[in-house]
Amino acid sequence: MSPQVETEELIASGAFRQALEIAAGQAADVDRRGRFPSETLEALRAAGALGWSVPREYGGAGAHIGELSQATLELSRRCATSGMAFAMHHIQVASIARHLGGGSPWFEDYLRRVAREQRLIASATSEVGVGGDLRRSIAAVQPPSADGLVQFEKRGSTISYGAQADDLLTTVRRGPNAEPGDQVLVLTHQSQMEMTQTGEWDTLGMRGTCSPGFVVKASFHPDQILPVPFGAIAAETMVPYSHILWAHVWLGIATDASSRAQNFVRAQARQSPGTIPPTALRLSELSARMAQFRALVQTATDEYLDLADKDGRRELSTVGYAVRINNLKIAASELVFEACYGALRICGFAGYGNCGPYSVARQLRDAGSAALQIANDRLHATNAALLTVYREGK
Amino acid sequence: MKTKIREVVKKHAGVELANVQDSTDLYRAGMTSYASVALMIALENEFGVEFPEHMLSRTVFESIDSIAHAIDSLSEVNQ
Repeated sequence: MSPQVETEELIASGAFRQALEIAAGQAADVDRRGRFPSETLEALRAAGALGWSVPREYGGAGAHIGELSQATLELSRRCATSGMAFAMHHIQVASIARHLGGGSPWFEDYLRRVAREQRLIASATSEVGVGGDLRRSIAAVQPPSADGLVQFEKRGSTISYGAQADDLLTTVRRGPNAEPGDQVLVLTHQSQMEMTQTGEWDTLGMRGTCSPGFVVKASFHPDQILPVPFGAIAAETMVPYSHILWAHVWLGIATDASSRAQNFVRAQARQSPGTIPPTALRLSELSARMAQFRALVQTATDEYLDLADKDGRRELSTVGYAVRINNLKIAASELVFEACYGALRICGFAGYGNCGPYSVARQLRDAGSAALQIANDRLHATNAALLTVYREGK
Repeated sequence: MKTKIREVVKKHAGVELANVQDSTDLYRAGMTSYASVALMIALENEFGVEFPEHMLSRTVFESIDSIAHAIDSLSEVNQ
């Protein structure tokens, strides 16, 4: 079980433990002021953690999704915003590293830079006018101008930490005449873009992800287009990585809330030894739900680990896998809200307040975004269509 | 068989058939994942086959060639 040992090595490193402490310390302020968790990010950089998913041959740690999942979970127990930024960054790195298309010198060099310079990557897959469909774009790569550079202009509807990232990974149509689903991924540096913020990010929860809309105008070299159709990248990496790592963010939030509820019940029990407080029954209910949540997330992570490499990779493009990975997202995003609400019912007004050891207010508000971040109804609609042809268990 | 497949593609894949060769990537030609599901069902009806789980995959339905290959392999099993 060498992967297990490596997980422990990365996560147990002093520098990562320090990042966790910093995340815990700044979580309330990040939430209150709706600001990016810059201190956590600096600490993650100091730990080399932005390069963990970069393959070893390019100077990274070659971490697989199991290791990234554990790190995401630990961060999110302390500060969900920090955990989400960490998760999103690694989704982008993996989408590049797993799809170099048999050699792309520009991207190989770029991965070395991510590891060396600890560059932070944001994602611009959403777009005004496509109704939240990852697999359709309006913006397109425009033909080269006299200097050999190509351009795109995209109206991104939500770009998390777009203003704080070093680089942006964007979906666009392959060319001006390409179909909406004929997409490619483009990696551009801040210095190659003009980003104009549209609207505010003053939200109920996940406030520090700083995810407003932006109009992005970019001018870049054609080598900065990943040489593989986006459809394959989405099916084999971006979608499963997103759903698995997000699920770990949510599991982290729920773990935090449920341990606060547990502490609350324990404190109540100590006040009157010999009697079981009525909240303990609710805690038992919450404990069962958490067991279900952990099993769900672990099963999906193990399945991906089994399939992610050469032999199983084809399986990731099947209807069956698409249904299962969508189911993970739907179930995890609902479980996190139920768990946090369960913790609130246990802690009562001590939980409803924004401060104190039993507060689960931030956790509950953060959990509220889970069902919206790719709307569950959209995923249900997709699965509904897929299930007309797929016969589960056959 | 490819003529029959072309007919089904024309009806269900949502692509401009004039631009589609047997080897053309149907997804690049504009087939959405919704359309691909409709295409799978229509092909099962038309050819009287049932695609097993491992064949319900992006790569199997990406071109007329790959569809023909898949249906061929199923018909062989049935005979």
